[in-house]
Amino acid sequence: MDKIQIGTSINGEAVEFLCEPQQSLLEVLRDTLGRTGTKEGCSTGDCGACSVLMDGRLVCACLVLAAEAGGHEITTIEGLATDAGLHPIQQKFLEHAALQCGICTPGLIVATKALLDRHPDPDETTIRYWLAGNLCRCTGYDKIIRAVQDAARSLAHPA
Amino acid sequence: MAEAVDYKAIGTSPVRPDGVDKVTGRAQYGADLNLPGQIYGKVLRSPHAHARILKIDTSRALALPGVYGVITGQDFPEAEGGEIGGEGGGDVSDLAKNIMARDKVLYHGHAVAAVAAKSLSVAQAALDAISVEYEVLAPVLDLESAMAPGATLIDPSCFTKNLPEKPTAPSNIAAVMKLGRGNVEEGFAQADVIVEGEYRIPMAHQGYIEPHACIASCNEQGQATVWCCTQGHFEFRAMTAKVLRMHIADLKFIASEIGGGFGGKTVIYLEPLAVMLSRKSRRPVKMAMTREEVFRATGPTSGTLARIRVGARKDGTLTAATAWLAYEAGAYAGAPMGPGAMTVFAPYILPNFAVEAFDVLLNKPKVAAYRAPGAPQSMYAMECAMDELAERLGMDPIDLRLKNAAEEGTQAPYGPKFPAIGLKACLNAAKAHPNYTRPLPAGAGRGMAVGFWFNVGMQSSAEVHINEDGTVTIVEGSPDIGGSRASMALMASETLGIPYERIKVIIGDTESAGFSNVTGGSRTTFATGMAVIRACEDIIAQCKSRAASTWGIDADQVDWRDGAAIPAPGVNAALKPLALADIAAGAPKTGGPLLGRASLNAQGAGAGFSVNLADIRVDPETGKVDVLSFTAIQDAGKAIHPAYVEGQMQGGAVQGLGWALNEEYIYDANGVMQNAGFLDYRMPVASDLPMIDTVIVEVPNPTHPYGVRGVGETPIVAPLATAANAVSRATGVRMRDLPLSPPRVLEALEAAGR
Ligand code: FES
Ligand code: FES
Repeated sequence: MDKIQIGTSINGEAVEFLCEPQQSLLEVLRDTLGRTGTKEGCSTGDCGACSVLMDGRLVCACLVLAAEAGGHEITTIEGLATDAGLHPIQQKFLEHAALQCGICTPGLIVATKALLDRHPDPDETTIRYWLAGNLCRCTGYDKIIRAVQDAARSLAHPA
Repeated sequence: MAEAVDYKAIGTSPVRPDGVDKVTGRAQYGADLNLPGQIYGKVLRSPHAHARILKIDTSRALALPGVYGVITGQDFPEAEGGEIGGEGGGDVSDLAKNIMARDKVLYHGHAVAAVAAKSLSVAQAALDAISVEYEVLAPVLDLESAMAPGATLIDPSCFTKNLPEKPTAPSNIAAVMKLGRGNVEEGFAQADVIVEGEYRIPMAHQGYIEPHACIASCNEQGQATVWCCTQGHFEFRAMTAKVLRMHIADLKFIASEIGGGFGGKTVIYLEPLAVMLSRKSRRPVKMAMTREEVFRATGPTSGTLARIRVGARKDGTLTAATAWLAYEAGAYAGAPMGPGAMTVFAPYILPNFAVEAFDVLLNKPKVAAYRAPGAPQSMYAMECAMDELAERLGMDPIDLRLKNAAEEGTQAPYGPKFPAIGLKACLNAAKAHPNYTRPLPAGAGRGMAVGFWFNVGMQSSAEVHINEDGTVTIVEGSPDIGGSRASMALMASETLGIPYERIKVIIGDTESAGFSNVTGGSRTTFATGMAVIRACEDIIAQCKSRAASTWGIDADQVDWRDGAAIPAPGVNAALKPLALADIAAGAPKTGGPLLGRASLNAQGAGAGFSVNLADIRVDPETGKVDVLSFTAIQDAGKAIHPAYVEGQMQGGAVQGLGWALNEEYIYDANGVMQNAGFLDYRMPVASDLPMIDTVIVEVPNPTHPYGVRGVGETPIVAPLATAANAVSRATGVRMRDLPLSPPRVLEALEAAGR
């Protein structure tokens, strides 16, 4: 099969890759580029484990064709921590025990980032609806919601 | 005997040791490993629920460029019979046939062939090029037709087990189980009120977010390494060895991080296929299921039909009860009817009871364990009946339970007398909880129910290595599915008297850790924890003798306190304490490296009880139900890491609510599942739920050094009846069939003329 050459930016770095026309961004991230932090739970857009940001917008990487990523900026879970350490959302997920198995966690953290970028001070209902596309089977969501609330507080008032 | 003690580490909730890797995407799960030169395996699955395989032609697939191997049932060795062992149970030859069909396919999605190819797209093309001829047979899809005389037989060589007399004709009822005490007729004769009902609980999936995945690499000597997501790599190794007739020592299993299991990852599916394909292709073979394959071809839990009859005196004292429980096993025997039968009356003092349970074959995937396997179904029926009884008696439902609650010394229906248990404590905590007494929101009903699970012990091993600087590395063999590394480190910290941060916990592979059974049965913190504690005690004893030899005194003149050897009272008080780091630094001179170990078969897991409360509102126009509040109360014995104990309670509550309110396998008349995806198999999402309130009750388990009871499974048992009781009370119509999805609630309301 003929491959397509794509140029994109992933977590602020210019990245080029070759892909088959039918391959998803998720496949390319995980299998071609070895960035396995973005997880796969369904490949049909129903679980959110593959959540990434495309030009700051929350998308399911399994529903984006890899070829469509050309010229766009992709942010994945691997792009959140910095030299200064974990992103506050990551830190709050840890402190609130908001992960059990952790397979949903990268997607939830990326989705939370998209939420808080737009709504820095969301109420519980807003959080629950924003995260409704991210399935977690382990936690019952309680501690995730609390982690997000606390992350919003700590982003608003950095220590 | 554990007593109320002031612990330093236990009972705190620090960040888990593996946390950073899991929030940054570094942690490697089943599908995250790639090996140089790997190729991809894929499975061809049956389009029929019941059919004879007449012919499989793989020649066109093999001729495709980039295809390195094809296997079918013919390639497998004749499997030995015999029990699989471990948690799953069942028969080895059934396991082998479930992994790949031989002469018959028994459910839609049953594997019939597998290929290995250079890419997923070539693998898919190869599957499309395989032709299979089937003789389609009538599928058997529900319990009533499966159990009816003259039913189409799933397995003509299946004769019902455990009957008083050996049956003369085969049957789809693989086994029966009976349990009883006293005289049921006399008991019912003493009753002032008798309630009776039939309940249906749907087949449901564990719904772990990570699909099954593995990668296998086999060398020319036939030795293989398998890297996979599993709840128990030692048991996966043993099952794979049995199915492929290999020596256990020729297989190495490495457990990846695991993205949920809930019992569903205690059974092998892909692993032997990947080993065989790797052997054929002499390349590493990676295999991962799609979500659709997970639904269609891995083990969900049994759909169940339950009939319950309970009698009580006016004052609420139970006089007799009977249960008739039929569990769907799917294509091969092994439904959790045993635990279901032993659970159904476990919370209560019952002088007279009789239970009859059935393990029934039909053309659906073979069930696997799902969190407290069998218990949610039977307890659902009993706890609904108890609610009805409370209404009929005009009693508070908690008071009715308190009146009959099992306690220390009560003989459990399954035999032994209960040691200290927390049922009454949970009931009292529920009664005192503000969520039980606050005014009921308009349109809502308040439901409650009791949950129970045995918990298990089983085998675990642990090694404690004291590093040169006094930091500690613990090697154990229980995959960490919900934070168990943190619990192990906390128990080690408490026992050794050193800070939590100095302890690292490793889940070793099958060649670097001692044998451990699966992470399942709510056993890890209890049993593997016990091994860790014993291994720490082993190290403490060694450190004491190293200190003694350093000091030139006897080992029994040395005590251990706060992570240091100190002279015992009355011994030369001038000796300065020797901290673990000092002893580690001096180890080369006092006998070499410090390595403690323990392996055990833990007994006395200690039964777990819970009580759940819920306020649920029903929209009479649409039948939609809203969970307004939910309270989970549970006896944890001793919560080692309370936040993760709460997490188990909350997660179990929501899984139970999903099962109660929305989740079910929907089949068409041909036995094809109609909702094999997360969009249509609707698990709870964040916007469906309120916060889940928790109360951890602590009635220490006398057999564990710190009083631990398993906590992982009990939480899913009570929510089903809690939800149904709340909906029944909200609508005034008794709900018996789950899930309480809007159409079913509306139907029930209409049938009752509401
Ligand atoms: S993997 Fe993309 S939504 Fe599930
Ligand atoms: S922590 Fe396991 S799915 Fe969310």
